[in-house]
Amino acid sequence: MKAPAFAYRRPDELAEALSLLADDGAQVLAGGQSLIASLNMRLSAPALLVDINRIGALRGIEDRADGIRIGALVRHVDVLHSPVIARQVPLLAMALPHVAHMAVRNRGTTCGSLALADPSAEMPALAVTLNAKIVLEKQGARRTVAARDFFQGLYQTDRQDDEMITEVIFPRAADDEVFGFAELARRHGDFATVGIAVRARRSGDTLENLDVVIFGSEATPLLSPATSALRIAADATAPMLADMAEAITATMEPMENHQGRADTKRKQAAVLLRRTFRDMQSRAFAGKGNGHD
Amino acid sequence: MTANLKTGASLPRRTAARLVAGKGRYTDDIQVAGLLHVAFVRSSYPHARLKRIETRAAADMPGVVAVLTGNDLAKVCAPWQTQLALLPSHLSPPQMPMAQGEACWQGEAIVAVVATSRALAEDATESVEIEWEELPVVADVQAAALADAPVVHSAMTSNLGLDHTVSTGDAEAAFRQAAVTVEHTFSFDRQTGVTLEPRTILAEFDPRLQQLTIHHSHQVPHQMRDIFAAQLKLPLSNVRVVAPDVGGAFGLKLAAYPDEMAVATIAVLLERPVKFCADRLEAFVSDNHAREAKVHGRMAVDADGRLTAMDVSVVSGFGAYSAYPRGSVGEALQAVHMVAAPYKMAHLRGRVRGYFQNKPPSGVLRAVGQPIATTVTEQLLDLAARRLSLDPAELRRRNYVDTATATARSAGGIVLAELSLERCHDRLLQLMDYATLRQQQRMHRDKGIYRGIGLAAFIEQTAVGPTLYGAQNVRASAQETCRLTLEADGAIRCATSITDQGQGTSTALAQIVADALGVDIETVEIATGDTQLTPFGGGAWASRGTALGGEAALRAARKLKESVLGIAGALLQTEPDLLKIEDGRIYNTASPLPQMSLADIATTAYFKAHLVALTELPALEITESFAPRDLPYVAANGIQAAHVEVDVELGTIRVLDFWVVDDCGRVINPLLVDEQIRGGVVQGIGAALYEQCIYGADGQLENGSLVDYLVPMASEMPDIHVAHVQTPTSATTLGARGVGEAGTVGAAAAIWTAVNDALTPFGVVLSEQPFTPERVLDALAARKD
Ligand SMILES: Cc1cc2nc3c(=O)[nH]c(=O)nc-3n(C[C@H](O)[C@H](O)[C@H](O)COP(=O)(O)OP(=O)(O)OC[C@H]3O[C@@H](n4cnc5c(N)ncnc54)[C@H](O)[C@@H]3O)c2cc1C
Repeated sequence: MKAPAFAYRRPDELAEALSLLADDGAQVLAGGQSLIASLNMRLSAPALLVDINRIGALRGIEDRADGIRIGALVRHVDVLHSPVIARQVPLLAMALPHVAHMAVRNRGTTCGSLALADPSAEMPALAVTLNAKIVLEKQGARRTVAARDFFQGLYQTDRQDDEMITEVIFPRAADDEVFGFAELARRHGDFATVGIAVRARRSGDTLENLDVVIFGSEATPLLSPATSALRIAADATAPMLADMAEAITATMEPMENHQGRADTKRKQAAVLLRRTFRDMQSRAFAGKGNGHD
Repeated sequence: MTANLKTGASLPRRTAARLVAGKGRYTDDIQVAGLLHVAFVRSSYPHARLKRIETRAAADMPGVVAVLTGNDLAKVCAPWQTQLALLPSHLSPPQMPMAQGEACWQGEAIVAVVATSRALAEDATESVEIEWEELPVVADVQAAALADAPVVHSAMTSNLGLDHTVSTGDAEAAFRQAAVTVEHTFSFDRQTGVTLEPRTILAEFDPRLQQLTIHHSHQVPHQMRDIFAAQLKLPLSNVRVVAPDVGGAFGLKLAAYPDEMAVATIAVLLERPVKFCADRLEAFVSDNHAREAKVHGRMAVDADGRLTAMDVSVVSGFGAYSAYPRGSVGEALQAVHMVAAPYKMAHLRGRVRGYFQNKPPSGVLRAVGQPIATTVTEQLLDLAARRLSLDPAELRRRNYVDTATATARSAGGIVLAELSLERCHDRLLQLMDYATLRQQQRMHRDKGIYRGIGLAAFIEQTAVGPTLYGAQNVRASAQETCRLTLEADGAIRCATSITDQGQGTSTALAQIVADALGVDIETVEIATGDTQLTPFGGGAWASRGTALGGEAALRAARKLKESVLGIAGALLQTEPDLLKIEDGRIYNTASPLPQMSLADIATTAYFKAHLVALTELPALEITESFAPRDLPYVAANGIQAAHVEVDVELGTIRVLDFWVVDDCGRVINPLLVDEQIRGGVVQGIGAALYEQCIYGADGQLENGSLVDYLVPMASEMPDIHVAHVQTPTSATTLGARGVGEAGTVGAAAAIWTAVNDALTPFGVVLSEQPFTPERVLDALAARKD
């Protein structure tokens, strides 16, 4: 478990990093929490590692006009403890305690997680739920891709080899938005067997405009196509919520692996969804005497 | 005695602070000039013929010193074969350091690349070309048992490696007369030990002196010295094995591993120092595995809830070879012989068959087979309790075998002595507030919350003596020895055959010696793990460190004290009986003033012996050995309980609380004992809920990393409450029994009974360990249909 030989550079400037990335076989090293393990297991053998950890321009969480910007060097731990995130992107704050363990969160980055596109990772799912904007730069060019167009397959994204994700911009949560998040992992901090993220808008006595993403079980975060007609009324009963959950999970195409068969994951996702809907309902309509089971 | 008595005190492990501070000196930390590193090409096929091995390209790679095959090593190393005198049918083909002609499991070492760094060696492994011819694979134990199954190794005629029966009383008649008969099937997935420090070996051969020095992450250096000398045809005295700090062992570091034999052989062949440190993937495919078993069990109980008979049939998986030198049968035999050991039961019928398979060899893992027997017994008891509408605790209370004599035997032949099951049971129910938990369980059920309470009483075989391996003609010493020396500065040096892989036995020995001699514990230095510096003996296996090593130390300390007081008496012109040692100083019982110190005695005896008016100078270096010879082992006992909650929709299980009442006889150090119990419990919970080596039908390991092989982690573990009942064993003067495996013997069983108790309203009894969420949901779904 020793990495094959590779060249290593640690530029201070973004421009230099981008010019290094233009070479064949160059790869970004961010937190290294996934990359170093895969090097040591000889699953990948890049010719050059471009360590971006000294590039000041990539740091920082910023509350900007176009949304909340998370730079490529922002660690999971920074997001977890950020008051800006807690206030403006509460869904991220809800999910982060489920991301790995403290030691991994201290180094692993949000953008690294997006670039890796592990099917069980939380960040890609949240980016899809909120349709965050992913900013990609290469030497002499910069483009922005909507998260819903970014994830293409298992560990596959729209990013080209010479492009770096320099930042991701999450939309600011609106006052009438309600979020939900849940995942099933065998042990705390493990990658999710199956997880769900939900965004909805409160309008009078209902939650509507539901965005539901299922991840972990799918090759890429699955934005449910079945939600346009769905609403969570303040007085929706448990069986009603269960029916909704089942309509949504019917569109899943879960991967079978040691965490479970497709039918098992579908069943578990439906339970997570029903419970999360219930939880969102009670938070949105607190004191309104919801829930007649 | 004095107020600062150490025995019974919770002293922290002596090495704990150093190890936690990262100052461990493990085998991989040892620096040697000119060191070479070994990386192995391992078989990617579970069964294949090696048609051609091409090493030239690899040999030309940068930094490569040699590329060696099994045939190269055969010139220096003799083959070995596991043989057990009492079980002649346990026939495993001869083994070599690396496969010759045929690979029999995925992970078996085929080619060794020796290079100036491990990274370069790994680079070169990619250039070794092997032409394979795939052979039929036998992975599953049940497939191995089929009449027309292909053989695991072409030198074998059958895969059957053990067929053993037990018959006590008349089980058939007992079942006919039983008021209630229950039965269940049990499946235990393969697991492995997952030591934090992987297997590591550093071998140095000095051709001038023909001396082989091995640093080895191992539990039994004296055993390994014997084996290295025999296989490499060196005189025993030319071989030295040193086990420095060892980061966990759990039984998996008891075997002679072929790849480690390869490293020693390479050192002799090349006359250069070489090192091998298994990486995590290699550990998963080449460390001994354990536990793979399928069991069918039946139990007969009379109308009063008295257990009358059991009938168990076990099928156990051995892997490709029998582990050397102890064999792979321990787990299978214990699984049958240990059933119902804590209970009065007259009739037992048992049959166990073990099969070879194209998987890594199975060996011993903490508690060896006892968890299987305990799980089968305890789960069947719960099923019987349900049928009788009896509380499971009450059913157990009616059946304990609390024997005071040393001659009682369980139906499975387990020798029981001086047990305290009833006291442990009563203490446990009080500790956990059993009655309240049962009440709350009912209330929670009404709200759709499914909690379960599980009990598991257990017997633990500890301090195993020479009858186990001696009778099998296996050269695994059961005797433990202590050599105690009064140093010239008055300090005490205690060299022990016991080894310490984190148990803290060194600390316990220091406590025993300090008290027996009457010296400050800080002046007692413990030496372990080096065959050149320590006396011959067993090492660490079968929970023996404090019980047997401590007994030898106690006996040596008492004799050394006699010597010291003899000399002091001569110098002070006083009867030795009137003298005592406290805090390293010698007092006359009549006076509060110290007369002289141990340093004075040492100085006089070593440099001015002419001043001692005795014809014979008493020895100030004492060696004492101990092994239980009247008993096969010292049985310890206890009971455990788990409180769990099952999410019946997601299939997940949360362990809310855990309790253990253990009787390990005299407790020398409560902190160490509790650590052992908690660690053992965690391993048992791991077995029940998480750990499994997942093999496809094609014999490929599918989860060879810590991402996919789940070990129990702190955030999932409950508080583990430990209490003690102390019944000193009369087998030793010290009175301590072993405790190293107690937690693991019973914890999985307590999880089984607790989870199945939680599922009672659904009429579901799980039967496959580990209880993955999918297995839980499947069982519930099958029942609802
Ligand atoms: C024990 C453990 C448990 C974990 N559990 C979880 C979990 O529960 N949930 C979870 O989401 N993650 C988990 N992770 C993964 C962790 O979050 C990773 O850190 C993260 O996925 C990758 O971030 P990184 O900064 O470490 O990336 P690196 O490891 O440095 O890189 C990963 C990949 O992304 C590329 N890359 C990184 N940054 C960029 C960039 N800015 N632009 C372009 N390419 C880039 C690299 O070239 C590489 O291919 C776990 C990791 C470990 C070791």
